[in-house]
Formats: sequence, structure tokens, C-alpha cells
Amino acid sequence: MDYTTLRQFADSWGLLAMTVFFIGAVIFALRPGSREAAERAAQIPLKED
Amino acid sequence: MKYAMETILLALAAFAALLGAAFAKDSQFGAHMWVLFFVLTASVIVLMRTSSYAPVDILAEDKSAYMDGPIRYGVIATVFWGVTGFLVGVIVAAQLAFPDLNIEPWLNFGRLRPLHTSAVIFAFGGNALIATSFYVVQRTSRARLFGGNLAWYVFWGYQLFIVMAATGYLLGITQSREYAEPEWYVDIFLTVVWVAYLIVFLGTILNRKEPHIYVANWFYLAFIVTIAMLHIVNNLAVPASFLGSKSYSLFSGVQDALTQWWYGHNAVGFFLTAGFLGMMYYFVPKQAERPVYSYRLSIIHFWSLIFLYIWAGPHHLHYTALPDWAQTLGMVFSIMLWMPSWGGMINGLMTLSGAWDKIRTDPIIRMMVVAIAFYGMSTFEGPMMSIKAVNSLSHYTEWTIGHVHSGALGWNGMITFGAIYFLVPRLWGRERLYSMRLVTWHFWLATLGIVVYAAVMWVAGISQGLMWREYDEQGFLVYSFAESVAAMVPYYIVRTIGGLMFLAGALVMAWNVYMTIRGHVRQEEPLPGAAPALQPAQ
Amino acid sequence: MALLDKHKTIEKNATLLLVGTLLVVSIGGLVQITPLFYLENTIEKVEGMRPYSPLELAGRNIYIREGCYTCHSQMIRPFRDEVERYGHYSLAAESMYDHPFQWGSKRTGPDLARVGDRYSNEWHVQHLIEPRSVVPESVMPSYAFLKETPLAVNTISYDLTANRRVGVPYSDEMIASAEADIKAQADPNADTSGVLARYPKAKLGDFDGNPAALTEMDALVAYLQMLGTLVDFSTYDAAAGYR
Repeated sequence: MDYTTLRQFADSWGLLAMTVFFIGAVIFALRPGSREAAERAAQIPLKED
Repeated sequence: MKYAMETILLALAAFAALLGAAFAKDSQFGAHMWVLFFVLTASVIVLMRTSSYAPVDILAEDKSAYMDGPIRYGVIATVFWGVTGFLVGVIVAAQLAFPDLNIEPWLNFGRLRPLHTSAVIFAFGGNALIATSFYVVQRTSRARLFGGNLAWYVFWGYQLFIVMAATGYLLGITQSREYAEPEWYVDIFLTVVWVAYLIVFLGTILNRKEPHIYVANWFYLAFIVTIAMLHIVNNLAVPASFLGSKSYSLFSGVQDALTQWWYGHNAVGFFLTAGFLGMMYYFVPKQAERPVYSYRLSIIHFWSLIFLYIWAGPHHLHYTALPDWAQTLGMVFSIMLWMPSWGGMINGLMTLSGAWDKIRTDPIIRMMVVAIAFYGMSTFEGPMMSIKAVNSLSHYTEWTIGHVHSGALGWNGMITFGAIYFLVPRLWGRERLYSMRLVTWHFWLATLGIVVYAAVMWVAGISQGLMWREYDEQGFLVYSFAESVAAMVPYYIVRTIGGLMFLAGALVMAWNVYMTIRGHVRQEEPLPGAAPALQPAQ
Repeated sequence: MALLDKHKTIEKNATLLLVGTLLVVSIGGLVQITPLFYLENTIEKVEGMRPYSPLELAGRNIYIREGCYTCHSQMIRPFRDEVERYGHYSLAAESMYDHPFQWGSKRTGPDLARVGDRYSNEWHVQHLIEPRSVVPESVMPSYAFLKETPLAVNTISYDLTANRRVGVPYSDEMIASAEADIKAQADPNADTSGVLARYPKAKLGDFDGNPAALTEMDALVAYLQMLGTLVDFSTYDAAAGYR
């Protein structure tokens, strides 16, 4: 393992994996079924006192 | 006896400090250990004087309610360190304009500058984050702080860290790693305190009675764990002696530079951004009395922010001896960072949709809105400055200083002030703040101060950068370096005035907070348009 | 979808959230920083680089202690104006023995990466005592106390040992003679053949204008006078060099 291999891995597969994970997180957050759960969660701070 | 164990441990620690002072290998370490000895001895005396010798069970407090003691202390510490940090900032700004204000050796610019940055970021910002995170995590989890007195240890341990870091800077004890200057033994102590902080915070989340973990806690948690990781890696060093203050970084040259700016940038990303976004996602909805605009957007905001930020560090090293690919990677991620940042800004601002009149009638909301606006502004300016072509001009100049301050004063400062004004009446059970008109005064002093500061430093930085690179027709450099220094003096003076205005605003806040805690209510005309019950009681 | 349901678990499980966050933030650092630690294998060594002499190291520690890095960079970028103003752009190898690096982030004062040999010792001493007496526009603080402060020499071998532990190639001989070397380098009457053999190109003699005393001023000026002087750029092949 040397600098060149690591560096090539870093700016190819490394980047790709991160991007895929990120897009997955976005899709998850915006998936159709999430609206209701999100609205419930958003009310948490307003419930107390 | 209450606190018996704590008193004994503190006394032992004081004795150890005394030994450290006696056997110190260098004079700075000796002086630093004397400072530690006096601080710890004073703490022992205070503890013994406040100790009660009644059986413990009689003193047992209500364990079912929220634990707000460390939060009250934290709010006071935030105000105190804020004023201190801003004051030192004004002093160092004045030193640049009038160099005769340097008093060697302890109060020279080189030693005061880290004191200013650490006081504002870690003492003011850190106390604000610890206090608000303890408040938010209890309310949104509906659970008492985990770990009993551990929260008190976190508070007092963190104050001791601040005192040791600050006195160390004045003595010349520094690693020269920006925003990570404290030496090895202070770093180790902070690590212990930080782990305790993580335990208290995470333990409270685990004990929660609410099924969902509210998004503010995500940001706080990311801030706590990432700072722990950054702090440990960046401060890896070998001490010259275990009885001396000097240590040598494990890394050297280009690796050291990348590690430091990986830390340095993520101190901005996770300390000054993620942590304070946790504040935003709780206190803006609370003060506006409506839920966050889009909870789903806040989840995307969270993941994209922590994804992208961690890569952006190399933009501090453009055109240096760092390999080009790392610079480019840093630039690309910094530019992408613009999107989630603005997503978060929109989310914060739009929380007010349908209640925009509150900006006019509620000075606390106004403060929070301006904070979010400055968040948006500096997260636009930042990516722009990370573009290599722009950076070639802006790097090493006052522009960077202006950028940092529009973020630190505008975003971190203002959102913290908003949170403090929200918290103080609630924590001390007051009907409302001492004076809402003073909040308005604070708002205008601070806002104008920031605008003056940022605008002046922006112009100063650009002219500085242009002067350095200006050639005449014969192909000679037009300006000597000394001429560019002389050109800065008027800007330095105006910048000092901007800083003074910001400091004056903070003093107004300190007075307002003090009077509120004392239970006074100022008889004043209500603000125009304000509803009679502006700050409803608990 | 199974993957999507997992996030719901994350949202409700603090430990998972913690691990996920840690994973995300550590990958970035690992991918970006780790390759650099393999850089040493491929980086071309630049001729002339050597560890700091004990006096230079002591001076460097004073430079750090006084926070000089808050206003002075030591990193020349490859731009026409910078190269003309400060000298050849900085190479990665030039800071290979710097624990920690001193590249800086701000130029309230000029870059110092190649300040060595540019001014006389007398100029430096005068400039540090009263900056505006030699540069009227300067906003630098005064460091007159350095000339009055004796240099602590008895712990210098600890400093060399600690540097060796983090990878600086100090030999046993260098460490054993550190205390003698730190005194000899600033003493105009001392036998300095040992210092020169161990630390080629080291600047010798009295630095602070007072040969009778070894002060912190001696150490700081010795450090400033060697900055950027180790690599001979008349023989340096830029095409072969890596930066």
C-alpha cells in the first residue's frame, strides 16, 4: 500500500461510497411515508413546560 | 457529609499541583502549577465552607425534576466569558492599531491573540453549548440529566480547563496549533471532562421518555463526538518532560499542517456550526412558538453537513506544499457545503413563516433571525473564499479575519444572545426579562458593530491582497510590505470601534441578565406592537 | 425498503446515531489524511535538510512561545509576487523536521520562511527590541526582554530526545552533546567544529551583541538567521522535486 494507491482509492471509490450514502440519506428523509413521523417529531420542543 | 469525596480529591489534586510546581523542569510549567494550586486550594476552601454536615438523605433534592443548577451556572459563565473574550478582542484590535499598547512579555499580541480566540470560541461558545445542550436534551427527552453530580463536574472541570488554558497563554505555554493551543496536560484534562460530558448527554438521551430523538440533539451529539475525535488526534504529542510544559507534535510539516487544519476547520464545522445549529433547531421554534419549517429538511441538513464539513479542511492550505489533489478535494467539498448550509438557513428562517410580524415586535426573535442571516452570509462567503483563485487573494489577509468574525459575532454570538434571553427568565422563574428595550439596544449595538467590523476587514483584506501583488509597467512590485502595513492602520482603528460597539452590547446584556436574576422588572413603555405578555411565565 | 427502515431505527437509537456520526466523520479524515502519511515514501528528499541545532530549536521554541505564528507565515506560495518578495516557493520537505509546522495563516507581518541571511544580527536585535526604530510602519510588539532573559540550557537534551521520539533523526551523539552545542554555537570563542559537523551550515558566534551572556535573544536570532538557508536552490531541480 503506498501513497498513489491510497490517493487513487480516496478520490474514486471513497468519494463514490460517500456520495451514495449521502444520496441514500436524502432519499430516506424525503420518502413518502416520513411526513407524518417528521411532523410529530417537530412538535417535541413545543409540547413541554 | 455532602461533597466529602469531592473535597478530598480536590485537596489531593492541589497537593499534586504543589509537587508539580516544586519539581518543574521549566519556569513556565512551575508558574502554571502555582496557578493550578491556588485555583484548586480556593475551590477546596469554598467547598468546605459550603459543606453541610447533616446526613445526606435530608439534603436529597428532588430527583424527579429537571436538573437546572449547572445550566444556571452555565448561563452566567457564558455571559462572563463572553464579555471577557470580547474585551480581549478589543484590546488586541487596539494593539494592532496602536502597537505601544503591547506590554511585554505577558500582554504582547502574540500571547493575547490565542487568549482572545479561545475565550470567545471555547469559553463563551463552549459554555453556551454545554448549558443549552443540557437544557435542550432534558426538555426534548423529558428526562433528568444522567449521572447525578457528573453534570457539575463537567461544568466546573470545563471552567478549570478555561482558566488553565488562559493563564497558560499569558505565560507563553502554547502548542502554536491555532484553536488548539493548550499544552499536553491541559489537553488530557479536557479529554476527561469531555468524556464525562458525552456520558451525561448520551445517558440522558438513552433515558428519554420520548420515542424520537429530536434533531437538535443529533447536532449536539455530532458536535460532542466529533470534537472528541478531532481534539485527540490533533493533540497527539510527546512531552519533553512530564514535569515540563513543552511537547512536540507527533506529526511534522505537511502531515502536521493537514491534521491541524482538518481539526481547525472542523472546530468551525462542529463546534461553531453543528453545536449552534442544535441551539437554532430548539430555541427558534420555542421563541416563535411554532415547529421547525421542515423537519425532514433538518435531517438532510444534518447528514449533508457532517458529511461535507469533514473534508473541507485543506482549503486552509491552498497553494501551499500540500499535494494538489488534497487542495482540490477540500475546495470541491467546501463549495458543496454551501447547499446544506443554505438549506439549514432557509429551514431556520422559514420557521417564522406566518409569524413574520414577530421580527418587528419581538427583539429576541429579531436577534435569532439576524443570527441565521449571518449564518447564511458567512456560509456563502466561506465556500467562495475556498475557491483557489479567490483564496490566492484572500489568504493571509484581513479578509479571513472579517469572514471569521461575521460568523463568530453574527451567527454564534447572536444565536447565543437569543438563547440567553430566552433562558434567563425561565431558569430563574422570572415573569419576564428586566427590560425588553435593553434587548433592542443590545441588538442594534451588536448588529452595527458586526457590520462595521466585517465591512472594514473586507475592504482592508482585499486592498492588502491587491497591494501585495501589484506590479508597475516596468515589472517591479509597487509596494513594499511595510507600505501595506501602514495602509492597514485606518482600517484597524475603525475595526476596533466596531468591536467596541459589540462589547458595549454584551455589557448591556450582562446588566439585563443580572437585573433579571435579581428579580427586578424595569418599568418601561412596551415596545411598539408588542403583545402585553411577551414572555409568558413557565 | 429494508435500508430505509433502518434509518427509523437510527432516529430512535442513540447509540446507532452516535456510531453512524462517528463513522461518517472519521471516513472523511481517514481518506484525506492517511494517504499523506505514505507521502514520505514517495517524496524526494531535498538536499541540505537537517534537524535543528539545539540553539536553533531553543530559538524556535521561543518563536512559538511568543506567538510569532499569529502574524508571520512560513509558507511561500508559487506566485510571481511572493517568489520575488520572499524567495523560492516553499517545498514540503523543508518543513519535514518541524514538530509542529509553522506555516501560519495570517500575514500581519511578512513571510519569514527565508528570512535567514537577509538582515544582519544587529538589525534583528534592534528590530526585536524596538521594531519601529528600524521599520517605522511596523506594528510589531517589542521583545526587549529576550535580551535580558538567560536561555535555559539544562533541559535541551530532553527536547532533542522528545523530537527523536516523534521521528527527527537526532543521534545519540547529538543528544549527548546538546548542552555543550547550545553554548558553543553562540560563543565566539568556543571550538565549534563539533557543532558544524553535526549541524552543517549552522550560524555561529554571538547573536545578541553581548558575548558574555547566552540569552533568549541569541537563540531566537540564531533561529531566524537559519530560516530557509539549508536548501541550496542554485542546484535544486524543480522538475524532479515534489511539492
